[in-house]
Amino acid sequence: MATVKPLPPPAKYGGRHTVTLIPGDGIGPELLNHVRELFRFSCVPVDFEVVNVCSSTEDDINNAITAIRRNGVALKGNIETLHTLPASHKSRNNLLRTSLDLYANVMHCKSLPGVQTRHNNIDIMIIRENTEGEYSSLEHESVTGVVECLKIITRTNSLRIAEYAFKLAREKGRKRVTAVHKANIMKLGDGLFLQCCREVAAGYPDIAFDAMIVDNTTMQLVSKPQQFDVMVMPNLYGNVVSNVCAGLVGGPGLVPGANYGHDYAVFETATRNTGKSIADRNIANPTAMLLASCMMLDHLKLYDYATMIRNAVLTTMNETRVRLNSPRRCSPHTFHN
Amino acid sequence: MAALALFKVFGSGGMQTVTLIPGDGIGPEISTAVMKIFEAAKAPIQWEEKNVTAIKGPGGKWIIPPEAKESMDKNKIGLKGPLKTPIAAGHPSMNLLLRKTFDLYANVRPCMSIEGYKTPYTDVDLVTIRENTEGEYSGIEHTIVDGVVQSIKLITEDASRKIAEYAFEYAKNNQRASVTAVHKANIMRMSDGLFLRKCRQVAENYRDIKFTEMYLDTVCLNMVQDPTQFDVLVMPNLYGDILSDLCAGLIGGLGVTPSGNIGANNVAIFESVHGTAPDIAGLDLANPTALLLSAVMMLRHMGMHDYSKKIETACFNTIRDKKVLTGDLGGKSKCSEFTAEICQRVRDMD
Repeated sequence: MATVKPLPPPAKYGGRHTVTLIPGDGIGPELLNHVRELFRFSCVPVDFEVVNVCSSTEDDINNAITAIRRNGVALKGNIETLHTLPASHKSRNNLLRTSLDLYANVMHCKSLPGVQTRHNNIDIMIIRENTEGEYSSLEHESVTGVVECLKIITRTNSLRIAEYAFKLAREKGRKRVTAVHKANIMKLGDGLFLQCCREVAAGYPDIAFDAMIVDNTTMQLVSKPQQFDVMVMPNLYGNVVSNVCAGLVGGPGLVPGANYGHDYAVFETATRNTGKSIADRNIANPTAMLLASCMMLDHLKLYDYATMIRNAVLTTMNETRVRLNSPRRCSPHTFHN
Repeated sequence: MAALALFKVFGSGGMQTVTLIPGDGIGPEISTAVMKIFEAAKAPIQWEEKNVTAIKGPGGKWIIPPEAKESMDKNKIGLKGPLKTPIAAGHPSMNLLLRKTFDLYANVRPCMSIEGYKTPYTDVDLVTIRENTEGEYSGIEHTIVDGVVQSIKLITEDASRKIAEYAFEYAKNNQRASVTAVHKANIMRMSDGLFLRKCRQVAENYRDIKFTEMYLDTVCLNMVQDPTQFDVLVMPNLYGDILSDLCAGLIGGLGVTPSGNIGANNVAIFESVHGTAPDIAGLDLANPTALLLSAVMMLRHMGMHDYSKKIETACFNTIRDKKVLTGDLGGKSKCSEFTAEICQRVRDMD
């Protein structure tokens, strides 16, 4: 993926890359085991440095962050955030994203041929600002019973994410970028975001730019999702829109996601589910995580391996018609290629 | 509890007076359509038409005209068409002004699939209840330094408790089986955490209604895959805004979605949430379904279940039969023809 300045070379010794692997909670460990098995089977020159993050102490997450700094690239499962814990205990996933400044969350929602959904021909790229907005984790109780939560929007980060979106759109030959906002209500915050998008759009005359209010966007997505091309938005709306789009193309088990920063890249499933209710039952769909690992291989410039695995996954989905939510087990699917 | 008073059953004997705010654009014609249909159904409703265009009050603040306020305070029930928000008029959004004047703290949107109006989603039958006064829409924003803006999301114990109580009362009075609180407490621990705590506390008093909690993203993900799993959803302002429009999209859009706003002191204003459609205003092409269904919601709120069922059935049957439909529903009929068809069906039911 192209970024503003060239990335430092990834950790590569003797022709083999080292990638940090964070199993996380719920279905994370089993999905990542599938990735490892597949990589081993396919002789992919990647070694995984496994870092377990347990929710209680800060040390684990700091170790994980150091490991990612060292290796430059990571593949992760979602780390559960028990919201019964006090506010001082920050979401580990969020901490990871902000510490490594992984400012762009990229998700490509494309209708897959073997998957039955209500809408067809969906091809949307969602670029979500990943570090600020409503996820700033700044809250306080000024008076008992009154809580304030701060949503921060900055010019720098808005310009940065807009620039990323347009650059990516141009690279991928996309025609239009839509900014999603609620500037009619949050005039200063989302107003600033929108303004930054407009400024960046002016520098890309070959790409059309428009804006849509978030509630209208969700309504349009469930009625006519084919109208969208590339979408860029602040953090929370990104959360909503990416989940809606993942649902439209077939569910959380199918869509991979990537988090990019200037220096680091972390790959995971797009909707970041922990999947506690289906963990350890061999029924979780590994597609999203496998496709995420292909995105990671592309990032490491191991294009041939990426294409091979991606084709194998998509062919399996199409030919054997492994139905989503079917009682088939997860592992035979992985070894079909 | 204050919430219980909201569901006071209106006497079935005499006429009830309702404040009618026709609104702008297609507002007047769809309001006329609704009045005709109510007349055909012989519903005991008397309409008091009022205009709510903002005027400058004594202190220099924008207020709604005093006669309109008096009328609403007296009648307690209102039906409102779409209001335009002019950009250069100087006054704030009329909807916002109404909300503040009557402390309309709960926005209720029942979303039910309309047989005959096909969408990719079938068997949708859920209700979104949105806290309408605080949250992300508090309008409190500051520029801290040049290029850094802070928007404040406010969650208070009182407002959270009130909306939770309303949600459970609504569920109880409308025979709904479960209430789901939608939140993002993993990220916004204190604010959504407070909201969630209040919902849990209120749930304790309604043991026969199932209470669940779900993250906003999970709701969105599941909603577009299988909306039938949801029943009543309660949530803070922003999530409510997004989800209620998402759900409206599932059943066919704002042109067929009813909406009600419940306020303090038993005031309730039911409204259509679509725009004023200035391009078709006055051409007898508008679809009155949204306003009609909102009026039906109003009848239910007032305890007039027979009339509400009659009018609703007539409306749904007309749409299902597809013989007389307005342009947006895929037909070629005029608003008056559509209205007449519904009126005829209503009369036939007697």
